[in-house]
Amino acid sequence: MKLDAKIPQGPLAEKWSKHKFNLKLVNPANKRKYTVIVVGTGLAGSSAAASLAQLGYNVKAFCFQDSPRRAHSIAAQGGINGAKNYQNDGDSVYRLFYDTIKGGDYRAREGNVYRLAEVSVNIIDQCVAQGVPFAREYGGLLDNRSFGGSQVSRTFYARGQTGQQLLLGAYSSLNRQINLGKVKMFTRHEMMDVVTIDGEAKGIVTRDLISGAIETHSAHAVLLCTGGYGNVFYLSTNAMGCNVTAAWKAHKRGAYFANPCFTQIHPTCIPVTGEHQSKLTLMSESLRNDGRVWAPKTKELAEKIRKGEIKASELKDTDRDYFLERKYPAFGNLVPRDVASRNAKEIVDEGRGVGTSGIAVYLDFAESISRLGEDAVRAKYGNLFDMYQQITDENPYKQPMRIYPAVHYTMGGLWVDYNLQTTVKGLYCLGEANFSEHGANRLGASALMQGLADGYFVIPYTLGDYLATIGPKEIEANHPAFEETKKNVVDRINKLLSLKGNKTVSEYHRELGHIMWEYCGMARTEEGLIKAKGLIRELKEDFWKNAIVTGINEEFNQNLENAGRVADFIELGELMVDDALDRKESCGGHFRLESQTPEGEALRDDDNYAYVAAWQYNGDNQPESLHKEELVFENVKLTQRSYK
Amino acid sequence: MSNNMNLTLKVWRQKNAKTKGELVSYQADHVSPDMSFLEMLDVVNEGLIKKGDDPIHFDHDCREGICGSCSLHINGRPHGPKQGITTCQLHMRSFNDKDTIVIEPWRAEGFPVIKDLSTDRSAFDRIQVAGGFISVNTGGAPDANAMPIPKVVADEAFNSATCIGCGACVAACKNASAMLFVSAKVSQLALLPQGQPERYRRVQAMVSQMDAEGFGSCTNTGACEAECPKEISITNIARMNRDYFTAKLLKSEE
Repeated sequence: MKLDAKIPQGPLAEKWSKHKFNLKLVNPANKRKYTVIVVGTGLAGSSAAASLAQLGYNVKAFCFQDSPRRAHSIAAQGGINGAKNYQNDGDSVYRLFYDTIKGGDYRAREGNVYRLAEVSVNIIDQCVAQGVPFAREYGGLLDNRSFGGSQVSRTFYARGQTGQQLLLGAYSSLNRQINLGKVKMFTRHEMMDVVTIDGEAKGIVTRDLISGAIETHSAHAVLLCTGGYGNVFYLSTNAMGCNVTAAWKAHKRGAYFANPCFTQIHPTCIPVTGEHQSKLTLMSESLRNDGRVWAPKTKELAEKIRKGEIKASELKDTDRDYFLERKYPAFGNLVPRDVASRNAKEIVDEGRGVGTSGIAVYLDFAESISRLGEDAVRAKYGNLFDMYQQITDENPYKQPMRIYPAVHYTMGGLWVDYNLQTTVKGLYCLGEANFSEHGANRLGASALMQGLADGYFVIPYTLGDYLATIGPKEIEANHPAFEETKKNVVDRINKLLSLKGNKTVSEYHRELGHIMWEYCGMARTEEGLIKAKGLIRELKEDFWKNAIVTGINEEFNQNLENAGRVADFIELGELMVDDALDRKESCGGHFRLESQTPEGEALRDDDNYAYVAAWQYNGDNQPESLHKEELVFENVKLTQRSYK
Repeated sequence: MSNNMNLTLKVWRQKNAKTKGELVSYQADHVSPDMSFLEMLDVVNEGLIKKGDDPIHFDHDCREGICGSCSLHINGRPHGPKQGITTCQLHMRSFNDKDTIVIEPWRAEGFPVIKDLSTDRSAFDRIQVAGGFISVNTGGAPDANAMPIPKVVADEAFNSATCIGCGACVAACKNASAMLFVSAKVSQLALLPQGQPERYRRVQAMVSQMDAEGFGSCTNTGACEAECPKEISITNIARMNRDYFTAKLLKSEE
């Protein structure tokens, strides 16, 4: 199949408005004859479900959490970008477009990214109208801040919980439509598979997580808004329940998976304390504005610190290596996320890491405190310092923080065209679950923007075109495809429940995470990736022999839920490694050791790799086929990033 | 590590909503003070699974204090002994070696037990479905800066909006009242200019649903405020009562 991204012709700034005009409309009287399934209720899912219901479609929405409000968008801290130029500091739709495409290291589509920047302004209006309490200035107007190294202040925020406030806004719109009877909400339901009839998505199979009932649901279209797959690394900043299962099942039903190896590693997280660690907590990267990153100069000194023989604060300045300031004098501690992360890992790999585990570097505020005073530092970062102390029991005003990178976001996901349709007709993918706008690296405050853009302002237009094309004919809910797919789901659950080995599902998950982090994380080599592939295969085989899954299907069974998710992560892990093997360039947050400049910096290879890698599933244990969507750049000039 | 602890847990086990539950004792040994409370339970569960036993079920997700899933009643207090945090943010260093820790689910008629420590809090969703929104369609919203909102008003609305819907307020209340939760939701929208058009309809609809869900009445004890992980103030309850009375007396049509 040839990949057609369906990007409209014409000048960049006119593509979306022209396209909207060319899309077919559904007659208002016919809209109520259509049913749309929305899986996931984060920013993308809630906003899509509410907007489609408002248009008149019947929506069935599903989430595995006990309430739609608990989807992991809730945890986003920083903010949301919008090209409002309220600060009169030179921002524009074009500048947001340019920053996003450059920040993504030129691995995203110009047309999609421009549309994202264009609708960003509407998102802010929409949220304020819903009652989202963004930060304001004394004059009563909205406040903005510069975020993630951006040169303009275009980030709207709500203290450190922008994600919760935006999601509560979308959730309230969803609630209004539930109240009006246009959305039927299914909580504690997990999507187990997509049902396709003649190659088009016509429904899903779900499991009621309380009763275990396996149910089928039919619809004219299915929207997957199921988030990212960062938990393939076991430890990440994602919530415990975040998983790839919905996207992975869709992949197995014909949806191509694009750029799976593109994951984002955030440099400033609180380090791991031991084997028991279940997740990692992000510390806002604004801390790097005033904190200095360092490690002991020698392995011997690091060893002494780890054993507690000397204290970090007692180490002389000459015994410290402020490695970011040393290597990148122009940007210093403010180098982009990927550069900061990779350098921290290098230090730890050299044996110069700190903390009892040795897997951390310092982020030191002593200099800022002596320059600005403790009160000024507290006013700026007090809540972050408190959070750090709560978790680590260390006082960051008195001794340097320990930080280490952690997996935070996944840019890869299901391949979608300009209309957000996957390679399966009638199956759409929105938000973090799709691959689209962030290329090889996502800018801060852009994830919330994309989720809401897809749900509020893109899918209400593009889905109508498909629905108008297929017509409001009723779906055959008793088509044999539903029973067949349901049987597949039941068989797999029974297979999982038959596993009575000697290793827990979490143990497999931890092992998978270790392999992915070590070989398919920030720095990769061909040799390491080949090794990882072998290890994952062994792990998969072992899982299906020796895992332990307790209980039965017909009950609330968290162990069974987790087993299904981890089994899918193992399969995804192998595809990520294949994708990383294919991409022999360094780009975004991904450093291929074979592809670097003489100074040891990431070297992108535009001649050979300016494409989206879309993978096609060919059956169990079969190699997947790679399809390349060439990226065309008509408006921006491709440049190498340099922070020296 | 030398300062690891050995603890006795008394955990509420209940197979499902229809069966009777009981407290069951478990030993949790070599617990690191750096573990979070939920990680300590993870380790206990790993041991249970290895023996082929059913692990202890509890709700949890983000593990950073914002999703509102975790909901454990620890030694008689929602979210345990510390102020202003959720269960997932509680660390084992808040306990001592040889402690006995009693872990129960939220106890309230409005939150029936599903299994073990997990309860059904869908009543909170239904209360919000009844009226916890501003009726604004997607598209066509006025410019975000068209209506200035005084910072103090915006900040006060924000304070109410920080509610994570965990239900600790209900669990803490001797009457199992949901007034703190509902009033926080009512207040956020009642304070903002965008929320004015439906202000009195909203409060009536939400209070009526709250009553229908079987939550108790407020007797101004203040346990909800004391145990709220987001430290939401009972001023919200006063604000909701005022709006509710105004609505019933003068503006039931609005």
